Parts: sequence; structure tokens; C-alpha cells
Amino acid sequence: MNKTAKMIIVLTVITALSGAVLSSWDSVTKPKIEYHQLQALKAAISDVLPSYDNYAVQDISGNKVYIGQIDGNSQPAGIAFKVAGSGFQGKISIMVGVDPNFASITGIKVLEQIETPGLGTKIVVDPSNKTNPFWFPEQFNGVVLSPQIDVVKNSIPQNSNEVQAISGATITSKAVVRIINDNIQQIKESYQSAN
Amino acid sequence: MAKKPIPLSKEFLKGLWDDNPVLRMLLGLCPTLAVTNSAINGLAMGLATTFVLISSSIIISLLRKVIPHQVRIAGYIVIIATFVTVADKFLAAYLPEISIALGPYVPLIVVNCLILGRQEAFSSKNGVGRSIIDGLGMGLGFIFVLVILGSIREILGSATLFNMQILGDWFNPWMIMILPPGAFLTLGLLIGLGNWVNERKVKI
Repeated sequence: MNKTAKMIIVLTVITALSGAVLSSWDSVTKPKIEYHQLQALKAAISDVLPSYDNYAVQDISGNKVYIGQIDGNSQPAGIAFKVAGSGFQGKISIMVGVDPNFASITGIKVLEQIETPGLGTKIVVDPSNKTNPFWFPEQFNGVVLSPQIDVVKNSIPQNSNEVQAISGATITSKAVVRIINDNIQQIKESYQSAN
Repeated sequence: MAKKPIPLSKEFLKGLWDDNPVLRMLLGLCPTLAVTNSAINGLAMGLATTFVLISSSIIISLLRKVIPHQVRIAGYIVIIATFVTVADKFLAAYLPEISIALGPYVPLIVVNCLILGRQEAFSSKNGVGRSIIDGLGMGLGFIFVLVILGSIREILGSATLFNMQILGDWFNPWMIMILPPGAFLTLGLLIGLGNWVNERKVKI
């Protein structure tokens, strides 16, 4: 057999077989991967909203909004949505829950981050704080959104729109607040005009 | 090479120490440095790499007379990439937490020179049995170093081992150990230790 022809045939057969293996394997794993992603999404939504019976998904101007509903109650329990922006080292994406009037936050959960381990990662969990490792995300619960969330350093927040920065990770703390502030107004406007 | 057959046990054992991929040949250092911030991540990365290594070794040693010399690298890479994708999807479907922790380093097994190196240096010249033994030895040698590295960094950097608390509250974790510099420091010391042991072994 011609050398060139052999090269072409062998490589074609190898890649075709590889494609066949991968497509059949993908059909096995795809439903499981999607299931895990859905579970993670559900967990994040239930973490940031007060208790609800089920949630509806609404697509408003490119953003997915998850509306927690209580059976027999026309007023939703809360609204959750994903916001993202740049942190200290890379992208931070956060699930944010707010009350139906966008007046205050009901909870936040950081979904993705690559901040400095041990410092910036305290936005997720702070193992050095034995009494409450989740003090940073939890201080957003009930924070008022007007005029906007502010960060205070080295002191206990006095006002209802303030959160305390993590010492050693001021940039990360400010980034979390900035990402929420920057996105919430736009989502509020498009949500309210859609409903 | 095949003049005097090397005993199978030697083919297996060489990967563990004498030709250890990380300590002696310094291959596959990117995942070694990047994912060993905990023992479990090191173990998972080692297992995924070993799976890809052994599977590719089997296929490539079977096809070693079929694949034309001129296109062998392209052929090897397609075969390796296929198994890497299988491993990546497996982790995402069955072990989602580990998949998230390892991030982009699972797909990057494709370019791990340990795997391509073994295909080029061994599987393309040896039979299936020998290639499996070689892949197993090399893979275990890789796992061994990654778990040691991950354990040292996890104990000193997070005071835990396999997520279990090892050191008490008196211990203030050395944050640097789970950051990239900790990987370089620990690996450097391990390679130095390996060389020191080897030197003494020869003298005795």
C-alpha cells in the first residue's frame, strides 16, 4: 500500500473510532452531569432564599431569575439570580437572593472563585473563625440595598446597608459587594418591567 | 532493547523508584505542582493519569505495527485525548466534587509528557503485557509522589489529611503550603531527598 494512503487511512480510522467511543460515552454521562448541575443550582437557590415550596425560572433580558413561590400565596418568597464579575485573582460568581421588592438581600452564596486560599476564600468559608465559619456570607442576610451596600473596614457595621470586610482580603470583600451592587439595579429594573 | 528480556518485575518496579516519573525523570510536573494542595486531589489526579496511561499503552502497543512512523505522534495524541475525555466525563458524572477541585487539570492530562513519553519510549516498542506492567508501575510511581506531596502540603497548610483534622488548634496552618510556592518548595525537597537516598544506596 502507498505510504501516504496508509497514513491517511490509519489516522482517519483512529479518529473515527475515537469519535464513536466519545459520543457513546457522552450519552451515558450527560444526564448524570446535568443532574449534578441542577442539584447544585437547586441547593444554591434554597441557600439564598427564605423557605419556599417551588421555584419558577424566568428569562429576563438574558439573565435567568429564579422566583421562589409559596403555595396559595401570590407574593413570591424571594427572587434569586446569578451575578458575576472580577475579583482579586479571577472571576467570582455569586447566587444572590433578594426579597420580592428588591429592598434587602435574603442571602448570598459564592458559586465560583479563585481567590487567595486562606484569605479571599473566606468569602465562602472561614475555618479560622470557630464560632461561625460562614460569618462573611451570612452578614449579607438582611442587608438593605438602598442606596447601595457599603464595606466597612476593621469595625462592626453600624448601618443596615453595611458589611464588614475580611481583614487581609479587602479587595476580595469589596469585589463581592461591587459585583452585587453593579448588577442588582439592572436586574431589578428588567424584572420589574417584565412583571 | 529486546536483546536480553528484562524481567517483568523489573519493568514494574522501575516506575516506583529508579525511573520514577516525578522524582527521577521530572515528567508531568504541571499537574504535580498544581493539584497537590490536598492528598485527595493528588490521589484523584494520580488515578486519572494512571487510567489514561494504562489504557493508551494497551491501544498503542496493539497498534504499534499499524500506525505509520510519520504520523505516530498525531495518532498517539488522538488516542490519549480520547481516554482523557472519558476520564474527565467520568469524574464530572460520578465524582462531581473532585471534578470541580481538579478543574482544568483533568483535560490537561492530554499534554502530560509522562503519558506521551511512555508511549514513545515504551509502548510503541513493546507488547501489550509489558506495556500494561510499565504503565502500572509508572502510574503507581506517579500516584505515590502526588499523594506524598499532597499529604505534606495538606497537613502543613490546612492541618488536615484526607479532610480529617490531624493537627490540633494549637497549630497555625502555613498558608504558603497550599499556595503555588508550597508546591515548589515541597517538590524541591522531595527530589533532593530522593537524590540523597539514591546516593547512599549506591555507596552501600
